[in-house]
Amino acid sequence: MGMNYKHEVSIVMSSDRYQVSNSWTKLAAVGAALALAFPVARAAETLTPGTPFPALAEAGLEGELPDLGDARVVVVDFWASWCGPCKASFPVYDDLQTKFGDDGLVVVAVSVDKDVAAMEKFIARMAPKFTVMRDAQQQLVKTAAVPTMPTSFVIDRRGVVRFVHVGFHGETSRREYEEEIKALLEEPS
Amino acid sequence: MKASSQTSLLVVLASLAAGALFQGCTTVQPWERGNLADYTMRADRDQLNISMTEHIYFSREASSGGRGVGGGGCGCN
Repeated sequence: MGMNYKHEVSIVMSSDRYQVSNSWTKLAAVGAALALAFPVARAAETLTPGTPFPALAEAGLEGELPDLGDARVVVVDFWASWCGPCKASFPVYDDLQTKFGDDGLVVVAVSVDKDVAAMEKFIARMAPKFTVMRDAQQQLVKTAAVPTMPTSFVIDRRGVVRFVHVGFHGETSRREYEEEIKALLEEPS
Repeated sequence: MKASSQTSLLVVLASLAAGALFQGCTTVQPWERGNLADYTMRADRDQLNISMTEHIYFSREASSGGRGVGGGGCGCN
């Protein structure tokens, strides 16, 4: 049967009909592939260390942004009330803010929640000691193109992303944050 | 030749239609997964439903013990 099939194909390949339909099919395949690739191509790249972070004051966030003029390190964390690891990360950010706040650390947790009530319930339960804002239009998070929730960016005093944390990994993350924040605080101004 | 052109045209149109339809196959971004992360989206949210589904599964599979335990396959559950 396999032999018959091959034979059949060779006959069709030698005919004009196959050549015509082949070129049209190729064209259609390319068109379909482009159409399929279009939504994928729109995906932005995640902000990487060395790139400037967008200005928070101009990002259209809901909530009160503290004065970042004196901030020496800013941690911007994208979170959501429906994200389990985000819940685990809040006590760590509390500790970091308490420990390094006087030295110039500002933690800004940006919620991407569509459901305001869920976000407020989460905040009421966690009672964070750091700044919480909301990216209601999900524009900043789109610009940052976070690959997972939560993702945070450690930003230096010049507004440049220095470290990116993808996900939250308990004590490992805490240790990394502390080391990075200490290193950035020690940098000369 | 005419018939083959019509076939080709059909292929092209079908591909374009498929391309237009597949625009819906967009990637749900990590920050857009609030609805997917909702409790009601969990497959294991109803214990009774799970036990009944599992019972039907291993009865039909004729594998005594279901998914978790190695079994004989008597089909007598």
